[in-house]
Amino acid sequence: MDNSLKLIVESLLFAASEPLTPRQIHALLPEEDLKEIKDVLEDLKKDYEGMKRSFLIREVAKGYQFRTLPRFRPYISKMLSTTPSRLTRAALETLAIIAYRQPIIRQEIERLRGVDVGGILRMLLKKGLIRILGRKSLPGRPIIYGTTGKFLEFFDLKDLSSLPTLKEMEELGDEEVGQ
Amino acid sequence: MTFETKLEIFQGPLDLLLHLVKINEIDISDIPIATITDQYLQYLDLMRALDINVAGEFLVMASTLMHLKSKMLLPRQVQDLEEIEELKEEILRPLREYLLLQEAASHLASRDILYRDVFKRGSEINGRQGFEEDISAERVNLYDLMDAFRKVIKRRYPGVVIKFRAQAWSVKKKMVEIMRQLRGKRNAYFTDLFSGDSSVLELIATFLALLELVKNGSIAVFQEKVGSDIKLEALNTSPIR
Repeated sequence: MDNSLKLIVESLLFAASEPLTPRQIHALLPEEDLKEIKDVLEDLKKDYEGMKRSFLIREVAKGYQFRTLPRFRPYISKMLSTTPSRLTRAALETLAIIAYRQPIIRQEIERLRGVDVGGILRMLLKKGLIRILGRKSLPGRPIIYGTTGKFLEFFDLKDLSSLPTLKEMEELGDEEVGQ
Repeated sequence: MTFETKLEIFQGPLDLLLHLVKINEIDISDIPIATITDQYLQYLDLMRALDINVAGEFLVMASTLMHLKSKMLLPRQVQDLEEIEELKEEILRPLREYLLLQEAASHLASRDILYRDVFKRGSEINGRQGFEEDISAERVNLYDLMDAFRKVIKRRYPGVVIKFRAQAWSVKKKMVEIMRQLRGKRNAYFTDLFSGDSSVLELIATFLALLELVKNGSIAVFQEKVGSDIKLEALNTSPIR
């Protein structure tokens, strides 16, 4: 494997704050083979795992990103003195519905949650966790919602298919009851 | 004088049903309809008495439950059994879906969340970083709080029916009072709040003040297990609107 490509890709990942996809890197290095870039990324990922540092390369939102390990959270939180804004249970449930059932219209979300979700949808849109995909050809042309790349980034997800399926969830729930 | 407090309910009839299933320690597939219907209606009464805006969805569920209960009380014929099963499904299907959904939400909350558990490069020191997820403030839900309140009333005034219109106590003042009470303490409990109150109306004002404070994110509420005293904690974070 071309060692210099590996170091170039590493430098890009290091300097970027957003997850970089193999495609984005390929656009910067058009002379390189996309497949090779992907291999190099996987290689780097393994390297950092082996080094046992306080950070790793994680696959989030279809890209690669340097991220700290969860156990260093207290120190970093202190340094950043984050002003926590809040994502409530209601917001989480609404997000979960959209993540699992997208594309989805508001009426369907409300049927599942049993309460009005207008305010929550506005908040999630503002935070960039969900987006409007279009309108459904139904009376009133209701808005269709879906999750965003930022959603994947926030919840440490490579893509939507890395969420456990609802079926798996059901089995998980059964186990808990059984114990 | 009327109450100005308008509590918005983000927890719907399904939350209430699940709460009843939980406190009665019953299985979803085996719900005693008559008992659950009665309890459900009692909660609606209490919510009305507290001037909590009871949304239409609560009434729809109430009517479905009552319809089902009446069907089950009447002598049955074969076609009735089918209808009963259908009505039951009307309640159970959304309840099962909702339970699954809650698990999905819990799963999301348990992931390594950016800016809560893990951090990326380029985070600004002392900057506002996205958001931190915080569900602790609602781990005890409205119905748990209402339950705890019912216990306080029951112990103090056995047999009393809460019906009131006049406001002798200011909810706003109570909110300030509660915050003052909590600031100095590490461990404060739900029942402590009511120790100084002397009348039903004052108890109610205190309770409404507490609900307001939980809703606006000034207080987080925790509970070790269902039915145990609820722990209160004043939060320093300013909730965003």
